[in-house]
Amino acid sequence: MASRIRIRAQLKDDYCEVKALMRHPMETGLRKDQSGAAIPANFIEDVQVVHNDAVVMQAYWGAAVSANPFLGVRFKGGAQGDVVKIIWRDNQGDSGSGETTIR
Amino acid sequence: MGNWDPLGLTRRGFIKASSTLWVAATLPQKIWAATLRPAAAFQTTTLEATFEALGSVPKFSDAILFSTPDIAENGAVVPVKIEVDAAALPGVSKLYVIVEKNPNPVAAVFEVPPSAQPYAETRVKVAQTGKLYAVAEVDGQLFMTEKETKVTLGGCGG
Repeated sequence: MASRIRIRAQLKDDYCEVKALMRHPMETGLRKDQSGAAIPANFIEDVQVVHNDAVVMQAYWGAAVSANPFLGVRFKGGAQGDVVKIIWRDNQGDSGSGETTIR
Repeated sequence: MGNWDPLGLTRRGFIKASSTLWVAATLPQKIWAATLRPAAAFQTTTLEATFEALGSVPKFSDAILFSTPDIAENGAVVPVKIEVDAAALPGVSKLYVIVEKNPNPVAAVFEVPPSAQPYAETRVKVAQTGKLYAVAEVDGQLFMTEKETKVTLGGCGG
């Protein structure tokens, strides 16, 4: 199955740059479908970027983050080949994760 | 890398079909550190109330570099980038993205551990033309930079 998250981690001068795309509808709960019924809110609330079992960024999101969210962060201390992992969970209890190695 | 196109499945259908699988797949490796979502800040509906929930009205600071487009054709996807000059404003622990005219102004909060750079990039929805704020928290004190973004097509509503 296609992964619900795409990550790239790249070593720069003195930091590691992580970029990720998550697949998620990020529904605000304010929209209505064709019949006029409200579409329930469904958005990612928590995102963690983990390197060597340490959280290098913790993000809390609201419904105002765009659909299929993009995340870009930079942390210090990465080395080539290290695993960088991203985990998210949304307000409906769904979750997802993905990982990549630093290059 | 997976195929980005949902292969003909509707988005909703895809999410439904995959959610159960994904929860099962990710459960054993969950390593959530203790998280404390600033729930109150996410629920405010005005800029004043937002700053109240954060504790104070932030002071303006040149150390925060905030990039947003001057004109956003599509308010549903507005790229934002916050970068704090660590030499001018060291010890940033949190970054906030606040959109003045949104139903709930707080769009995103980033907790910056010492191992991370005070840098965050994402994309947000902007309901209508107005100011966007990048707020940085240092030792409980708040600093901000504002940018005006013109929206030609709103980011909320269908």
